[in-house]
Amino acid sequence: MSQATAAAMSPPFPAERGVDVYNKKLGMWIFLASEVMFFGALIGSYVILRFGAPGDWARPGVVLNIKITAFNTFLLICSSVSMVKAYAAIADGDPKNMRFWLLMTILGGACFVGIQVFEYIHLVERGFLPSGVRDGSELAEMVAKGTIPGATMGLYGSTFFTMTGFHGFHVTCGVLSMLYLYLTKALPGKFTTQDYAGIEVVGLYWHFVDLVWIILFTIVYLV
Amino acid sequence: MSGWLPAQASSFAPQIDGMFWAIMIITGITFVLVEIGIVWFSFAYRGRPGRQAHYTHGNGTAEIIWTAIPAVTMVILGLVSNGLWTQFKGRNSVPADAFPIEVHAKQFEWWVTYTGADGKFGRVTNDSISKTNPTGIDHSDPASNDDIVVRNQLHVPVGKPVVVYLSSEDVIHSFYVPEFRVRQDVVPGMQIKQWFVATVPGTYEIACSQLCGLGHYKMRAQVYVQTQADFDAWMQQQAEKAKGAPTS
Amino acid sequence: MSTAAATAHAGHAHHDDRSFVQKYLFSTDHKIIGIQFLFLSLFFLLIGAILSLQIRWQLAFPGQPMPGGKLLPESMAAGGVLLPEYYLQLVTMHGTFMVFFAIMLLLVGVYANFLIPLKIGAHDMAFPRINMASFWSAVVAGLVMLSSLFVTDGSPRAGWTMYVPLSARHDYSGASLGQELWSISIIFFGLSSVLGSLNYITTVINNRAPGMTWFRMPLSVWALFITAILGLLAVPVLAGAAIMLLFEQILGTHFFDPSAGGQVLLWQHLFWFFGHPEVYILILPAMGMVSELVANGSRKPIFGYHSMVFAICGIAFLGWIVWGHHMFVSGMNPTLGSSFMVTTLLIAVPSAIKVFNWMGTMWRGNLRFHTPMLWGIGFVAMFTIGGLSGIFMAATPVDMYIHDTYFIVAHIHYVLVGGSLFAIFGGIVFWYPKMFGRMMNETAGKVHFWLTLILYNCVFFPMHIIGMAGHMRRIYDPTIYDFLKPVQHWNVFISISAFLLFGTQIIFFLNFWLSMFWGKKAALNPWEDNGLEWSLPSPAPHGNWDTPPTVYRGPYEFSVPGASEDYIPQNKKLPTDREPALAPAHGD
Repeated sequence: MSQATAAAMSPPFPAERGVDVYNKKLGMWIFLASEVMFFGALIGSYVILRFGAPGDWARPGVVLNIKITAFNTFLLICSSVSMVKAYAAIADGDPKNMRFWLLMTILGGACFVGIQVFEYIHLVERGFLPSGVRDGSELAEMVAKGTIPGATMGLYGSTFFTMTGFHGFHVTCGVLSMLYLYLTKALPGKFTTQDYAGIEVVGLYWHFVDLVWIILFTIVYLV
Repeated sequence: MSGWLPAQASSFAPQIDGMFWAIMIITGITFVLVEIGIVWFSFAYRGRPGRQAHYTHGNGTAEIIWTAIPAVTMVILGLVSNGLWTQFKGRNSVPADAFPIEVHAKQFEWWVTYTGADGKFGRVTNDSISKTNPTGIDHSDPASNDDIVVRNQLHVPVGKPVVVYLSSEDVIHSFYVPEFRVRQDVVPGMQIKQWFVATVPGTYEIACSQLCGLGHYKMRAQVYVQTQADFDAWMQQQAEKAKGAPTS
Repeated sequence: MSTAAATAHAGHAHHDDRSFVQKYLFSTDHKIIGIQFLFLSLFFLLIGAILSLQIRWQLAFPGQPMPGGKLLPESMAAGGVLLPEYYLQLVTMHGTFMVFFAIMLLLVGVYANFLIPLKIGAHDMAFPRINMASFWSAVVAGLVMLSSLFVTDGSPRAGWTMYVPLSARHDYSGASLGQELWSISIIFFGLSSVLGSLNYITTVINNRAPGMTWFRMPLSVWALFITAILGLLAVPVLAGAAIMLLFEQILGTHFFDPSAGGQVLLWQHLFWFFGHPEVYILILPAMGMVSELVANGSRKPIFGYHSMVFAICGIAFLGWIVWGHHMFVSGMNPTLGSSFMVTTLLIAVPSAIKVFNWMGTMWRGNLRFHTPMLWGIGFVAMFTIGGLSGIFMAATPVDMYIHDTYFIVAHIHYVLVGGSLFAIFGGIVFWYPKMFGRMMNETAGKVHFWLTLILYNCVFFPMHIIGMAGHMRRIYDPTIYDFLKPVQHWNVFISISAFLLFGTQIIFFLNFWLSMFWGKKAALNPWEDNGLEWSLPSPAPHGNWDTPPTVYRGPYEFSVPGASEDYIPQNKKLPTDREPALAPAHGD
């Protein structure tokens, strides 16, 4: 990054700076540290509950749809790539491409959320709830037949919906933030090679949200 | 030694009280030194016209001393404490010959079960719990036939180790007998063992010691520490009424 | 100096054309936000105190109608006699309001906001609008929490620690919507706290004035900085737990439901993993402020400044690995009890170092007993008692006996009232002139201090005694227990002292509000202190400085031999001082 860029994104007055990172970026890193603790609490609880569970957990793919979620994971990873491309574009002084790739990221994120909502609706229809299996549902029959272990379905539902729900909430916040930046700064051409802090900072958030998803996908869907 | 601590009625009590007073002496000395020091400095170094404070940023030696002394004290305290803790609560702390009693807590009373002559507790299940079967005895289990179930009273023989098996039906309660210095939370979903030896015959109170709802304040029961003869007589009397029917 | 101040003031006058709403309601100025937090938190301190008075009535005079009790609805107090359902709401909400909305907001919301930019020489926080969002989230959180008192079945009744399953099920606790509102409020509070923390951390790391190196920062700033890190990392865990509790209540999840494989103790581990760093959040800023008050009052540098910094860091670090000491008798693996005991005993050491260093600061000083100094000394004296009582409960065998008794309540209140609140009172008086441009009345301040000190000890010291006798916590009627009958008279003594203690606070209340309009107008630096804030007018102007000040020395250069005054402000340039060498900003 050039001296001019650094000056634009840093406070305009001399200061003892503890780290060589401009404030908005430092602030986002610090915020992400708190998010690590938040997701850590939820994911840590899931691990404890699963390992201490009174019986087997349902096998992967029996309750949840791995194919659709795998596609969703791929979509989110692609949106991280498009985010990087948006950042690279504006750093190189190409606002037109930056706008295109930012829009792609927004669309990718929005589709992810849409697909997840679709997944939730389908799960609820089949009888999978945060409280476990709904009486008289398709999943209840599978429990009766022994295809799914009934004893742990309450925990499964509780942990699944809470972790993926809050992740989805974070993705939604990211999509809305990017949309806001797109409409108020990207479109009117306010991002320049001198100042594209917004892109970099929202990009950091987006990559974090993607990373959390990769972890969740692995330990919730695949294991 | 008691002072404000209640009477000592278990083997744990003198040990815990001993630790308590040892800590009291250590902290008491520290307390006196610090508070006297503060008052003395306040008087000795009060501002007066023409005086100047002594300009210094500290003294490394002094700091090392007043870091090392508390640190060493804490280490010693920890070692001694841990010895007692393992004895009272350790996984293998329950004496092999401890007399077993089941204590089942629920909002807001204590249900106590004895094995009866066969020395075995009948199986209990959550599904069997009802108004007439408050501890959920499964009557199909023959071991339950001679079980003795009583409400809000715990009878124990003096001088013999006793182990209570604590269970809860609903929320967290806590089994607490002040004169025994014994406390153990009772957690739904867990069966927790707590042993003790009652050393002085008499009647004591069990007070629930973990907020458990509206009736927490009156979740009170009695412990009767009896001579072996009295205890056997009581058990005999209960056995004649037994068949798992609860008595108050 | 006064000319420079006039210029600084005039330099901003024509920039400040914000409307009333922008200046005072939706302000992004850290000083105004700090004052907003002050009014908000003092309000909740009053609420928490009023709740405690009612608790004390019930404990001293169970079964007797409370004065004013007939004003309460029949569901809370039948014929003026408090009911158990209301009593449990009182203990729950007293703890909740005091911990979150009074002390945390007073220490962090007020003083992190007000002091940090001033004391490091910055114009404002790194993110002024996020700062404003932090304040308004706290307001929403507070309103939601207050509303729980007025809904059907009232406020939650499971203690501020909300142990499950009692808190998770309406049929166990008797509370309904109020319980959910607690969780929702905590989530908003968590947001406020995290937004604040990231602001304070970023500002301290990157917005320090030239020459304000790390080891020239005042201890109050160090304490607030480390506290912000604690809050940043601990509060999200509480938010996660509160969400899990809320889902348990409204979605029927089974995290803590043993009949479905959930774990009851999971709540306690999550809560106390937050809860223990939380108590250091509640004390470290107070310790930082006390260092300012005691150094200023002693006219001496802080004894062992570097050790004080390391002690703050040590307390914060160790604070993460002691949470199990709240759970010694919880049913968790007793071996964990051993490990947590070790770490808990160790954490006494850095606290002890701080007490000795404050005493070392007073030693051979030239003591001025202004009101803030009185509170500072009072803190040292009272926190010592609170810290020492903690050693009893750190020793696991002793804790088996005193857990969940009034011995614990005594400890909590010695550190939170004799500790945190004393420091807060001192801080309010000390920085009042910089906030409002006037001095609080010194005589009233001294009377308030002495009466509070005496009565506060009358209230909380006997709690050690009744705790030793085995008096449990959260008990609606202790008189039904034979073993408590010998100590019931202490409950009466404590309660009467508490009513008098509350009455005494009227002196502070009047002093605080009346001085705002009729207090003596404050000079620039009425306490002759070294901090950067004292080089600004009282009250400090929007934007603080035109250009950041330059710092030439540490914060505690009092009574330097040969100096013309017994204090040298951090930004005062002496002929022997050189300009600080700032590392040039690399490509950022």
